[in-house]
Amino acid sequence: MSKETEIVRIKNPQSIPLVEIPVMEYADFKAKILGLLHEDSNHCVNYFAFRQDSDLQLTACIADDSKGDIALLSHKIQVQQRPTLESLTQYHFPLHIFEREITENHGIVFTGHPWSKPVRYSHDRVDQNQEINNYPFYSIKSEELHEVGVGPIHAGVIEPGHFRFICNGETVLHLEIQLGWQHRGIENLFLQRKKLMQRNLLAENIAGDTAVGHSLAFAQLMESLGGIQVSTQLHLERSIALELERIAIHVGDISALCVDVAYNLGASVFSVLRTGIINFTQQWCGNRLGKSMIRTGGTHYRFTPELKDKLLVGLEDFEKRFIEMSHYTYKLPSVENRFDNIGIVTTKQAHLIGSVGMAARMTNVRRDIRETHPFAGFSVHPYEAIVLERGDVFARFLLRRKELKKSIAWIRQALKMLDFENQVPEPPIKEINMMPSAFAVSLTESWRGEICHCAVTDENGKLAAYKIKDPSMHNWKSLELSLRNLEISDFPINNRSYNLSYCGHDL
Amino acid sequence: MISEIKIIAHNGKQFISDVTKAAVPAPFRGKPEITGTLVDEEALAEICPTGAIQTKPVRIDLGKCAFCGECALAFPAKIRFTNHHKISTNDRNSLIIHENDFSEIEVNPEKIKSEIRSVFNRSLKLRQVSAGGDNSAEWELGASGNPNFDMGRFGIEFVASPRHADGIVITGPISENMAEALQVCYDAVPAPKIIILCGTDAISGGLFADSPAVDRSFLEKYPIDLYIPGNPPHPLTIINGILDLVRGKKH
Repeated sequence: MSKETEIVRIKNPQSIPLVEIPVMEYADFKAKILGLLHEDSNHCVNYFAFRQDSDLQLTACIADDSKGDIALLSHKIQVQQRPTLESLTQYHFPLHIFEREITENHGIVFTGHPWSKPVRYSHDRVDQNQEINNYPFYSIKSEELHEVGVGPIHAGVIEPGHFRFICNGETVLHLEIQLGWQHRGIENLFLQRKKLMQRNLLAENIAGDTAVGHSLAFAQLMESLGGIQVSTQLHLERSIALELERIAIHVGDISALCVDVAYNLGASVFSVLRTGIINFTQQWCGNRLGKSMIRTGGTHYRFTPELKDKLLVGLEDFEKRFIEMSHYTYKLPSVENRFDNIGIVTTKQAHLIGSVGMAARMTNVRRDIRETHPFAGFSVHPYEAIVLERGDVFARFLLRRKELKKSIAWIRQALKMLDFENQVPEPPIKEINMMPSAFAVSLTESWRGEICHCAVTDENGKLAAYKIKDPSMHNWKSLELSLRNLEISDFPINNRSYNLSYCGHDL
Repeated sequence: MISEIKIIAHNGKQFISDVTKAAVPAPFRGKPEITGTLVDEEALAEICPTGAIQTKPVRIDLGKCAFCGECALAFPAKIRFTNHHKISTNDRNSLIIHENDFSEIEVNPEKIKSEIRSVFNRSLKLRQVSAGGDNSAEWELGASGNPNFDMGRFGIEFVASPRHADGIVITGPISENMAEALQVCYDAVPAPKIIILCGTDAISGGLFADSPAVDRSFLEKYPIDLYIPGNPPHPLTIINGILDLVRGKKH
């Protein structure tokens, strides 16, 4: 059989019968995965294990950015045997996080994995002897080096995680980030909760700052499993909500960057600008973060002509004030001095670690699901990704500025395409009949990067597995690398310039 | 310099001059009201994804409510979410809304520890601890100090170290992995000290109340000084709640 006929390919989002996913011998599985991932246009969006009777099915979802589809392939192993498998991380590093997760959750040992440490110390981890509070951090024995430990509780109003620096004087040689403090067992709760609405609410609360991104991934997944089509109007409305979320967080992050370089005017103005956007989201759905906005199969909060008028006026005012302030910030020598050439991650490094979303695009790696695997409104009105080259804090600032302006332009176009005359109520669906024995994948591009939700159903059409991947899973590694050879005092601004998710990672 | 003055002029005055009187426009979901209308109570309770609705008679526990509004959308004659945002209290029981009860949710002065108002009424420094939170309540706590809401004008601020703090604000359902760090942090705060629970997840565990990855034993050891409900709470709910606690009605 030729290579192409064996690998099944699906679109985003799509469900297929489980039996259609080819099950291969591990040697074949390895050869196929590595063959695919050898191409830069392919990357692994999810790779996890789920129970199938007494078997454990390892399934990899490899997205092809040039063709816009997702290849699925799998390998089955007997749970009882707990076999050891050869680690693929040694050949393709971005798989490190997925293999670590499989080891933690299912006890499968990957031989040759460079560093098989727990991802998040989940409560149902196989090895209960490992405890988060005495995790053995990487250390270097030397009289000249010292270690600095930060966390889990940090100095600001942010989430917990531990950062361990190994420094030579003020210079950081190595940074290790260990997470897991936010773990609240959300993937298992998706199975425990039986009602669609309960699961929808869980999706909204995976990461509150990405409520729209995650709940949209969830809704698309359920609609695909239930064979539900939503209107073009709703597709556009959902993407408008997603872009508003992006604008709000990007401008808030720029404000935070100004705080970290002690530029108070910028900090205040950008912060105030964010308030305007999230208050609009509140006028739309009643919640400043867009919780309750996205529901399966429909919406309670239709985008009305009145909202359209308000948004157009609001965006014009926002854009004017934003451009004025950001242009001034951009030119300010005291700001530039703190942004320029700080925390560089090269294109080569980003490819090596498999960065996604903003962390990829800031260093010339073109990865944007809106462009390559269009979903919701982006399949109606296309979006073209913005890519920058420098990979430093300045690039992360500039990318936000450019993406923000582009999102505003996209929203304006989408607003023109809304058809209010033929708009009908499209109430959310209460329960759906999910395709039995199926596998489903849904991708969205949130402000941080690609979100991937996967679901597996059993023969009765009940949820058998639910897997969430937040872009932060890949991108924390990028933050670690950005700190090398910098002064430790540059950590806060680097951390801010990424603004990665702890709860999205810890689940 | 001139450019900066222009920017300031173009952005105008943004701060809310009187946070105690500011209103949040509909469809913001604040305090719900329950009428005496007869409905299928079982169906109503069934709708609530977090089990916040009790029946016979119908009650809503705002400590458990995710403010999704699904109940009001399905039974508009029975339940209505008002835009009333002042819903913080120090009395857990007053978070339970009863039928035909349109009274305000308030801080009960009799339940306040005696030293709170005398010590903290002009300056309250807080240490925030996120323990399994989804970063939304944390976000709104941060927004409470921004130029719009400016909580700092009342002397209420977040500080970097528990040693500098007068109390802790907990967000999230308290994950098992954070339980020890939370205890260490609380122990490091000098007395007298307060505990504020911010957000539905913190007050009852919310969506995660029955997750085995959550450990809420910390809360059984200490009295709670303020409950701030919401998913996440609005900055005005946060500020007014804390002001009512440390200063009373007359700010």
